[in-house]
Amino acid sequence: MPTITLDRKEFEKLVGKRLPDDKLKDRISMLGTDLEEVNSKEILVEVFPDRPDMLSEQGFARAFSSFIVHKTGLRKYKVRKSGEKVIVDASVKEVRPFTACAIVKNLKLDDNRIKQLMQLQEKLHITFGRNRKKAAIGIYPLERIKMPITFKAMKPEDVKFKPLEYPKELNGLEVLQLHPKGKEFGKLLSGCKQFPFFVDAAGKILSMPPIINSDDVGKVETSTREVFIECSGFDFNTLKQCLHIIVAALADMGGDVYSMEILDGKNKEVTPHLEPAKLKMDLGYVNKILGLHLKESEMKKLLERMGFGYQNKHALIPAYRADVLHPVDVVEDVAIAYGYEHFQEEIPKISTIASEDAGIKMREKIAALLTGFGLLEISSYHLTNATEHRNASLQQEIIELANALNQDYHALRASLIPSLLKVFSENKHHEYPQKIFEIATCFEKGDSETGIVEKKKLCVGVTSANAGFTDVKQILDSVMMLMGMKYTLAEEEAASFIPGRCGKILVDGKTIGHLGEVHPQVLANFSLDYPVAMIEIDVDWLVKGLEGK
Amino acid sequence: MLPAIREHMTFSALLKESGLNNIEVMRALGWLESKKIIAIRKDAQERIELDVNGERYVKHGLPELRFLKALEKGHLPLDEIRAKADLDGNEASIALGVLKQKNAIVLGKIIALTTAGKELLKKKLPEEKFLESLPRDVASLHPEEAAIYSALKQRKQILKTQLLKEMYLHLTPLGHQLQKQKLHHELLERVTTAMIKEGGWKNKKFRRYDVKAEVPKLYPGRRHFTNEAVNYIRRIWLDMGFTEIDGGLIETSFWNFDALFTPQDHPAREMQDTFFIKNPALGKLPDAQIVNAVKNVHETGGKSGSLGWQYSWNAEEAKKNVLRTHTTVLTARTLAAIKKSQLPVKFFSVGKCFRNETLDWKHLFEFDQSEGIVVDEHGNFRNLLGYLKEFFHKMGFDKVRFRPAYFPYTSMSTEVDVFHPYHKKWVELGGAGLARPEVSVSLFGEDIPVLMWGLGIGRILTDYYMIKDIRELYKNDLKQLREMKVWLK
Repeated sequence: MPTITLDRKEFEKLVGKRLPDDKLKDRISMLGTDLEEVNSKEILVEVFPDRPDMLSEQGFARAFSSFIVHKTGLRKYKVRKSGEKVIVDASVKEVRPFTACAIVKNLKLDDNRIKQLMQLQEKLHITFGRNRKKAAIGIYPLERIKMPITFKAMKPEDVKFKPLEYPKELNGLEVLQLHPKGKEFGKLLSGCKQFPFFVDAAGKILSMPPIINSDDVGKVETSTREVFIECSGFDFNTLKQCLHIIVAALADMGGDVYSMEILDGKNKEVTPHLEPAKLKMDLGYVNKILGLHLKESEMKKLLERMGFGYQNKHALIPAYRADVLHPVDVVEDVAIAYGYEHFQEEIPKISTIASEDAGIKMREKIAALLTGFGLLEISSYHLTNATEHRNASLQQEIIELANALNQDYHALRASLIPSLLKVFSENKHHEYPQKIFEIATCFEKGDSETGIVEKKKLCVGVTSANAGFTDVKQILDSVMMLMGMKYTLAEEEAASFIPGRCGKILVDGKTIGHLGEVHPQVLANFSLDYPVAMIEIDVDWLVKGLEGK
Repeated sequence: MLPAIREHMTFSALLKESGLNNIEVMRALGWLESKKIIAIRKDAQERIELDVNGERYVKHGLPELRFLKALEKGHLPLDEIRAKADLDGNEASIALGVLKQKNAIVLGKIIALTTAGKELLKKKLPEEKFLESLPRDVASLHPEEAAIYSALKQRKQILKTQLLKEMYLHLTPLGHQLQKQKLHHELLERVTTAMIKEGGWKNKKFRRYDVKAEVPKLYPGRRHFTNEAVNYIRRIWLDMGFTEIDGGLIETSFWNFDALFTPQDHPAREMQDTFFIKNPALGKLPDAQIVNAVKNVHETGGKSGSLGWQYSWNAEEAKKNVLRTHTTVLTARTLAAIKKSQLPVKFFSVGKCFRNETLDWKHLFEFDQSEGIVVDEHGNFRNLLGYLKEFFHKMGFDKVRFRPAYFPYTSMSTEVDVFHPYHKKWVELGGAGLARPEVSVSLFGEDIPVLMWGLGIGRILTDYYMIKDIRELYKNDLKQLREMKVWLK
């Protein structure tokens, strides 16, 4: 989630009220943002991804001043007609089909405001714009641009321009190879034969979205009074929302918003459009899911504290709010305005009968028996690596992860034997005898929804200078006897165990596990000094066998 | 103990004779010493042990003995004796020297056995006896043994010595006096069967113990300490009438993300956050009805009254297998499985979840979560807060606070904080909310209140067990597991 930095003085000016630190902290938290830090100069807050409109000083202050009941209700933004046009050429449909644009005049920019504007642009790129894939934003000084503007795709090798903060002209392909932004976002244009460009009437390149503006026309400075703004991407609605968030912030800086005509083939769209949307509010629904008894007038007040308007049973939703998908989103804001701290918690008097999961219950019983034999339960990771698996001489295949960051844990374990041997090898300095067990999930390929079968296994390990087969057979015998299960043993050869000292455990003719003395080669692989005897059982089989007993 | 002590007796000798264990003997001696009945002197002793050749000679005989035996019949040349006795050049020359000195043989081209030599064959050589008596303390040797020791010491790798620390016991005058008084008849040691039957304890006293003396540590078999806590958490939910659910750790993205209205381009679904499986990379989607409901809700809001995410939903993306990133996947599956006639229902689960992280002191790639879900036609936000507050009260946190939050699958999303009584600050312990209509309509078929939460357990565990480095939770250090305090809640 993005963290933004607010200039405290500017923020307080925008809010129109100063709050003491503790009050400020509390209110910021209860508005639905995570406060990181407050000092005398700055406020650092984490804005949740559903509120991109709060990614600027202006947007945050707007929401905050309503919430603290200083300036409540719907903010009205006036949009004048500029009459200027942006022509969307058909060539762009293949690479980046849509744009929404606006002009803002009468701006008074200073260093802090430019910093804020860049922060908003950057944070919107990361979150709402999904790293510029979904939406990319360009802001340009209007005085350098000759209208109308064309949005079109051209062969990158044919287009030369000087990218922002770069000493010389490059062609489109060179930008991807040489410019830092080109290297970072070039993948968004990979495979495209033509790249999208904004070009003015004089043929000047404004930018190559979603990568970079030109140095010539693409740089906003403190002297800039009027700007052209474009958002480009793949979904027109998303771009409009993005544009609304930016122009609302600029309007709050004192700018005047002007619309533009977007000529897209036969379609003509006018952007931005800052009139609020209307959404029917059902007071009964609000009260039912919140567990409250609000009157309509109370709900209206609460809506106004979140920057909404309310008229004729409809909420008026500001154009900069990109998060309202369903009436429930407005209800959530009613709850935030009411204050989560003011809800009276209540457990309803309904009757439900509890029950444990049958498998977990049985595994708990087995664990209880094993601790009774003096065994210590361990708890190890489900992830393992091929070396550990091989060191235990296990034959089955292990399932690898596609993208593990840590190469020591790049696969799903197929058996608990390596996990227990690893524990022994890491505890050689502790008191012997060591008797341990674990009941946990192991993985193998098989027929299931995921193509992976998860098995709960029980593994017991005993080690000391004279540990042997008898130690584990006693445990197995006793557990089976106490649970009323009959089993037989048959000789088995398994690479992890000493030939002639390994048995398979059969219940109703099915093999449910093994026990034996671990092969000295395996012990050496794990740097162990003493013999180890082990049992590994498929517990799911045991649990199935116990059903109905 | 006292009657068994002899002058200049070693601790190990006493231990052997008494048949008691180390700590019992130590305790008794400690008591006797404190009463000035004995004195204990710690000393180092030179201990004689068999070296490599010595062990071989004990098994196969000393070279001189083998030489003699080979010569048993009378006269033989040296070569034949050597072959018969299997002696190398060095051993043969030593045997010759030793036997010559004992006048057992007469040297010449042919070596002859003397009468003295014949006598030697009739009984064990003193050297042989000496070797068999080892290990011995140098101080305990008789003069004749001392001579044998110094002779054998000269020979190659027969003997080795080791410096051993030992305790020597001495009776004080009071000790001698008490031994003479046969006080041991007065003091009783263990209670015996006969003693109980015959009343042999009557009019006698038991030896007093030093009840403050240290005893060896005893460790029980026990559960892993985190599971003690997990079982307590399970117990709380069960007490509150919740039914336990369990599920797989591998899920398709469909259940882990899509069914929970998480858009397919959501950052959580990227490679750096979630573990994907190399092979099988893709799983199967459930039946078409539910897949379509989820697809529609993403694209247009479907029947939920939502606008949806307004993009083209991709079934292939939903098939990707992942290690579940939250137990909330169980909530999705449960919502899809229950019927309206069963309501109200309450479920919980405690289980492992995964995120693609490297291990460090505050990050684990596996973590524990407790999931809860209440599906109740009359449920509301206040009820959600009620269940959560009760749970944390039972966990020992008196002050619980709810803050607005954001999750793709809930509205009235809230972060749950508890006030940590020890650190005196608010600690974030989980997320909760009411299922969004997009979730309840596509999975259950209708917009009903679904209260749900996913609570982190790791922080509660590290706080309770005073663990600073989260990796210590699953380090499996046996000393830590043996000695960790019990979950007392």
